[in-house]
Formats: sequence, C-alpha cells, structure tokens
Amino acid sequence: MSGRVLVGVKRVIDYAVKIRVKPDNSGVVTDGVKHSMNPFCEIAVEEAVKLKEKKLIKEVVAVSCGPQQSQETIRTALAMGADRGIHVEVTGKDYDTLGPLQVSKILAALAKKEEAQLVILGKQAIDDDCNQTGQMTAALLDWPQGTFASEVSLENDKVKVVREIDGGLETIKISTPAVLTADLRLNTPRYATLPNIMKAKKKKIANVKPADLGVDLTSRLEVLRVDEPPQRQAGMKVETVDDLVVKLKDAGKV
Amino acid sequence: MANPLRGEVVRLYKNLLYLGREYPKGGDYFRDRLRSAFSKNKAVQDQEQIKALIARGEFVARELEALYYLRKYRAMKKRYYEDWTVILGRPV
Repeated sequence: MSGRVLVGVKRVIDYAVKIRVKPDNSGVVTDGVKHSMNPFCEIAVEEAVKLKEKKLIKEVVAVSCGPQQSQETIRTALAMGADRGIHVEVTGKDYDTLGPLQVSKILAALAKKEEAQLVILGKQAIDDDCNQTGQMTAALLDWPQGTFASEVSLENDKVKVVREIDGGLETIKISTPAVLTADLRLNTPRYATLPNIMKAKKKKIANVKPADLGVDLTSRLEVLRVDEPPQRQAGMKVETVDDLVVKLKDAGKV
Repeated sequence: MANPLRGEVVRLYKNLLYLGREYPKGGDYFRDRLRSAFSKNKAVQDQEQIKALIARGEFVARELEALYYLRKYRAMKKRYYEDWTVILGRPV
C-alpha cells in the first residue's frame, strides 16, 4: 500500500461569524467575511497527521477545491502537518454551484491518481451541512466507508472505526483503501502556530483543474431562494399555572 | 549589547501577536495588553528571570490555544448534537 492519505479541507465562513443573507435572497454574504477551515476538516487533518506521527502512514496530502483563497486553507493544513497540497481550481459560476457531487467526483479521481490508501474528510461542512461528500466519494470509488468516526485504528490492512450513531457507538472493521469521515470527538486539532505556518511555506501546493481530472462540474441543483430563519418570539412570564393554561388556550395549543 | 535571548523574546512576541488576532475581546484589545505586558519588563537583564518570563509567555500561548479550541468545540457541540446525556444515558 502506498501509505498515502488524502485529506479534503473546505474553506468556509468562520464558525463565529454572524451570517447575513444577501438582500436579493440569492445566497449568503461572503465578500469581506472571515473564512477559515471547516472545523470537521480540521479534525480530519489532525487524524491524518496523527497517523503519520505514529508511522502508520507515510504521506498526508491536503486537497481543497475552490478559488485562489482556498490555498490559504491548504496552507493551514500544511502548517498542521500535511506534507503537500493539491489545489483544484474552481472559480466563478462553477464555484457557486460546487456541491458534494462535484467534489466527490474530484476527490475520487484524485484518490485514484494519487493511489491513496485512505481518504479522510470532515463529516459535514458548517456552511451547507450536506454530510454527503464522504459517502459519495466512497460510492464512486467503490470503497468501504467509516463515517462519523470517533475513533480510528489501523490494523495491518484493515481499519477499525468506532462510529457515533443515534443510540450509541458502532464498531466496524473495514478493509483499505477506504473513506473515513471525522466526527467531533475523533481528536483535538492542533493550532497552526506562526512557526509552523512559516515552515509550511516551503511545502508544495500543486495546481490542478477539474478538466485535467476529467470531471464534469455541472450541477443538478439550482438554489431558488435563501431566507433567514424566522425571528425567535420573545418569551412571556406568567404568575400562576392558571394564567399559563389561559395563555396556552388563547394560542390554540391546548 | 543585545541580550542573547532577544531572538526568543521577539519570536514569542510575534507568536502571541499572531495568536491574539482571534481573541474574543478583539485583536486590538489583545495587542494593546500584549505590548504593555512586554514593555513593562523591558528593563529585565537577568537571564534566569527572562527565561521565566518567556516560559510564562508560552504558558499564555497554550492557554489561548485551549481557549480557541474549547470555544469551537462547544459551538459545534451545541449546533450539531442534541443532549447526549438523554441519548446515551450517561454523561459526556
């Protein structure tokens, strides 16, 4: 096995930013807004780097699809310990409609080209909350998948994955090559400190176009409208239980 | 005559400045306090004392990293995970 791990990282609006919908309801305001690596992708990178530090795999390759700014996200992954990066350039209209289907096609093509042993992704992106890319990538490659991983261990050419599912934890053993998606409790991602960022500047980021990988980016989806969630109504305080019953009856709830 | 530890001190300062950009009360707030903290100890010459101060600075750096991680973890947990104690029947 090549001992190479492909990690997908996505550039998303920072988790702490207050999201605003564009006035024409076509989407969310992204210009001038702080972006950073998707938190679940950080966990994925950390897991890959940990595997390398344990000498279970040889190389960590960070991949991101998007415009020029996606390179910053790859640089963060390199600062966290990835060896090299691949920037798949997607801009303009293609980037606006870029979704899990297109990204999984790109990742599948890259996984084959790089002869990856594992593809590790975050379980979902905090901007679109699709939770599809990992699953689709595995399906396109016809590889087993260990999703919502809260614990990963490599045993020879098999991977033991403890998955967080409704109702508890499920432990599975899958053979490599495989696709894993990282859940919150998988690990604690390291911070990309300034010295590490400086060191990462020497690492290479290759530039690739989706056409080079033979991937068609046409989307099957069309976003019709984006709206803010309904405003939360202010709560009311009542003096007695009888008042509460009256209020509930008025509101038609009882 | 520049102190041999000058390089380390400058590196620590730059590191803390970089970390402080995401400080919840604002990068400017952090930067002002960082500068006053460093300039307060400008006159220190004793190597041992300087090393102790540098160690304290690195402690602050680790604390900041922990703060950022916990904020992010709690935000993600709140957004994506319902009350686990109810689902799993045990504390998490």
